[in-house]
Amino acid sequence: MNLKNIKNNLFKDYLNSTISTMLIIGLFYTAYYLFLYFIVNGIWNGDADTCRASQGFCWSFIRAKFQYILVGLYPDDKLWRPISAFILFIGFISYIKHPKNWSSKNFSYFVITLLLCAFLIRGGFFGLSLVDSEQWGGLLLTIIVAVCGVIVAYPLGVLLALARRSSLPLLKYLSILYIEFIRGIPLISLLFMSAVLLPLFLPEGVEIGKLFRAQVAMIMFFSAYMAEIVRGGLQSISNGQYEGAESLGLNYYQKMRKVILPQALKVVIPPTVNTIIGFFKDTSLLVIIALFDLMYTAKASVTDPKWVGFSLESYLFIAVIYFILCLMMGNYAKYLEKYLKKENL
Amino acid sequence: MSKEIINLTNVNKWYGDFHVLKDVNLTVNEGEILVVCGPSGSGKSTMIRCLNRLEEHQKGKIFISGTELNSEAKNINHIRKDVGMVFQHFNLFPHLTVLDNLTLGPIWVKKVPKKEAEKRALFYLDRVKIKEHAYKYPGQISGGQKQRVAIARSLCMQPKILLFDEPTSALDPEMVKEVLDIMIELTKEKITMIVVTHEMGFAKEVSDRVIFMADGKILETAKPEEFFNNPKHKQLQTFLSQVLT
Repeated sequence: MNLKNIKNNLFKDYLNSTISTMLIIGLFYTAYYLFLYFIVNGIWNGDADTCRASQGFCWSFIRAKFQYILVGLYPDDKLWRPISAFILFIGFISYIKHPKNWSSKNFSYFVITLLLCAFLIRGGFFGLSLVDSEQWGGLLLTIIVAVCGVIVAYPLGVLLALARRSSLPLLKYLSILYIEFIRGIPLISLLFMSAVLLPLFLPEGVEIGKLFRAQVAMIMFFSAYMAEIVRGGLQSISNGQYEGAESLGLNYYQKMRKVILPQALKVVIPPTVNTIIGFFKDTSLLVIIALFDLMYTAKASVTDPKWVGFSLESYLFIAVIYFILCLMMGNYAKYLEKYLKKENL
Repeated sequence: MSKEIINLTNVNKWYGDFHVLKDVNLTVNEGEILVVCGPSGSGKSTMIRCLNRLEEHQKGKIFISGTELNSEAKNINHIRKDVGMVFQHFNLFPHLTVLDNLTLGPIWVKKVPKKEAEKRALFYLDRVKIKEHAYKYPGQISGGQKQRVAIARSLCMQPKILLFDEPTSALDPEMVKEVLDIMIELTKEKITMIVVTHEMGFAKEVSDRVIFMADGKILETAKPEEFFNNPKHKQLQTFLSQVLT
């Protein structure tokens, strides 16, 4: 974009010039206002009263609530554990995200890494003291639920899709029943069922943690949606691919694993990522059954008597967190699509 | 007298109400080159697709090297190991390189070690004169090259029988020859070949026997000279006058 382009596009004639000028002025005004609000009038040091007196953004609220919003009530002296788990997780993700590194060996390493992260966060044996799931919260809890959810629900969704297209009637109808049932009820009611109803049906003495029950409900919900997406992918693969694989003598498992699924899952990357992003944001519904996810910690921070009334700061902060994470997922999907495109016929 | 390898007895097949194959009887001997021709819709593709159970026949019996082709998965898998197929639309796997397309069957079905499967794949790629494209994806090569890769893929399984389902029909005219040349080369091997094709030149030049199908029935079976010079059936005469002009 050079100067001539700008002139041609923005100031072509009288009308265009007027509109452009107005927009530019508006833009500068907004930027100036934001600058004033966040930087010049922003309160970095100082207590709630200083913040209330000022016209600006209360950074000290973020500073005071930063740890609580990110990890909830996780004990101060053991903070190194979720942090190192996070670093471990990010490190392995940035290695395995590249399709070149996709192998069954690396995927089992990935599962081991996740187990190691879980051990770091939870502890309980090998000398690490136990930090109960009641104490997990904030972004930490949101990420745990989202990652566990995707890791379990994605393969489950694939299996459900295969079952739905199976020639065995029992398998097929069970899968249809499951998918249609789960899709027919809102996630909220599923969560309520897991939180309120399920404990009533359990025999006395048997107790399943609330987090675990909610996690299972979310996995059930997400896997049904995943199954329908994968089914779409399976339907897009031409009969010739099935026949080509069968004529070589590949059995059902080999045919699916080596020929059909790699192509079908690739076709549905965009809707898959769409659903994963949706799922990630849906974890904020956990707040309704009083689990301390990111949304809950933001809400609870605002009701702290010392800091009451800073909802803008609190929700803006977690909005930015949600936004950045979703943006990263979207970008990764774009990268994957571009990388895998060259193989397309 | 050479050994019989394929035997069809009174094979019948229906698509719903439509009777595609009507009492088809056929025996093919080991090493024989058989060309199947006929107007479209005559059931010739369906017949050879029944030979490796891509289609299921409803009545009659099919024996491949002595094994009966029925709904038993064990028999089907056993037969598919010996029967290769080349399709009209190639059906290469677009997400795998040419080399991986070739090694997939041997590695997974015949449990050949990867190194050896690759050696074998390169050998057959050389035979179909396409070795330089081994590391490309199917999307990056031409139709004629794709079909040659597909032939090499079948050969890697070292089949006793090779089925060709109109292998040149989807190709641009200038690519037909390169595929036919490879197929003519192949006829020198001991592999039994059944070729569904409209390429009468190929039939005349290399086939041992030509059969003519119409309306789901085999109307005429003859040696190529007899078939082309002295066709007996009226429908075959019309057909030949249409394809040979």
